[in-house]
Amino acid sequence: MDWTAYLNPLMQGAWVTIQLTFYSTILGAILSFAAGIGKTSTNLAVRSLAVTYIEVFRGTSLLVQLFWLYFALPVAGQALGIDLRLPPVVAGVLALSLNIGAYGAEVVRGAIEAVSRDQYEAAKALNFTPRKTLWRIALPQAIPEMMPSFGNLAIQNLKDTALVSLISLSDLAFRAEQLRNFTQDSTTIYTMALFMYFGLALVLTAMMKMLEFYVGRWRAGGR
Amino acid sequence: MTEPIIKFDKVVKRFDSFVVLDELDFEVRPGEKVTIIGPSGSGKSTVLRVLMTLEPISEGVVYVDGDTLWHEKDANGRLRPAGEGHLRRMREKLGMVFQQFNLFPHMTVRRNITEAPTQVLGIPRAEARERADDLLDMVGLREHADKYPHQLSGGQQQRVGIARALAMRPKIMLFDEPTSALDPELVGEVLNVIRRLAEEHDLTMLLVTHEMNFAQQISDRVCFFDRGKVLEQAPPEELFTDPKQERTRAFLKAVLESN
Repeated sequence: MDWTAYLNPLMQGAWVTIQLTFYSTILGAILSFAAGIGKTSTNLAVRSLAVTYIEVFRGTSLLVQLFWLYFALPVAGQALGIDLRLPPVVAGVLALSLNIGAYGAEVVRGAIEAVSRDQYEAAKALNFTPRKTLWRIALPQAIPEMMPSFGNLAIQNLKDTALVSLISLSDLAFRAEQLRNFTQDSTTIYTMALFMYFGLALVLTAMMKMLEFYVGRWRAGGR
Repeated sequence: MTEPIIKFDKVVKRFDSFVVLDELDFEVRPGEKVTIIGPSGSGKSTVLRVLMTLEPISEGVVYVDGDTLWHEKDANGRLRPAGEGHLRRMREKLGMVFQQFNLFPHMTVRRNITEAPTQVLGIPRAEARERADDLLDMVGLREHADKYPHQLSGGQQQRVGIARALAMRPKIMLFDEPTSALDPELVGEVLNVIRRLAEEHDLTMLLVTHEMNFAQQISDRVCFFDRGKVLEQAPPEELFTDPKQERTRAFLKAVLESN
């Protein structure tokens, strides 16, 4: 079979991969901020919740998390009489974003704590509330510092989406595997898949660089 | 005599086992300009940091403007450690200028000055801008209003720091070594702004500095701090020319020789 014949199914898979990456990165970023800020909270309950979430999802395998959400959760739900069956796409996005959010939370916390004590003291002397200090003083300085690490996490997330093929989501990896089963043309198909992942990673890197440049203006070169 | 606007009553401040303020008694009257001098580790900056509520005290009571700073009265009239609400009310009375300026690097000069009035006091943005521009006129930086702090010299940044603190209309201004981080040629412009403030306003000013000439010019009183206590205090002409204590003399001699 000619390699161009693989293009269409692989492109369809790539589109699913793009969507999975997009939604899980956005949701993962929200979780990163929630848990990262939560970990700096003075409220013990909030802090414990954030720490538990971060440690559980960093300390277990993404694949097991994915299988747990997709296969184990419905069974657990059944025992409780609740329908917790998740569509593959929801289970996939949820597992990916919970995982990436746990790593991202440490990035957020680290960047917030790296804002110098002088800034917090100036904010206190001007009588800012802790909440306004966080949103108006600390985060605008911390977010530019987070961006390189967030870029790495987004790329990692893109590559991790390949795992969702194991719960029958027809992403790029799933399509490649399907074609290989059908044609046995492993070399061509996986080389193409490799290049497509790489191409997606390049685009994602460029997008993260643009975002980094955009939020970098908040720092205004001041150091 | 008028009631003091600041009063330290047997205040102790410890860092672990190190005593920074040692049963300190210290008073400042409303409108008074007081300079604190002393060797490093004598507790002079700690006095300002305690007043700005950046550093809690270990023992004793601090009074500011007739109210306890670190305590509030419970239903039985007994003092207990102050909650955040009380501290917030007390902080309104004070403004602070930091050695390292501590401007917000992600905001323009004008925004640095308007942010707290709009966000903390709820003043409308237009009004806050007007006031900021007046303050920038006063410190001679109106044309730099739209620049970012890193585009300014250290002396200019510190003048913004002064304007930013004044924008909150404090009764008491605290200056923590405001010129120590500056290159020598930039010290004058900052001191001139502080001098004008001292001359024109009924603001109470508390200044920690190593600029002895300046202290002599603007202060009503100079306090020599040593080992967490006020060892000696007097009007500047008296303290600088005729210090009574041996350690004051040694300190002044050392400072004058280093200049």
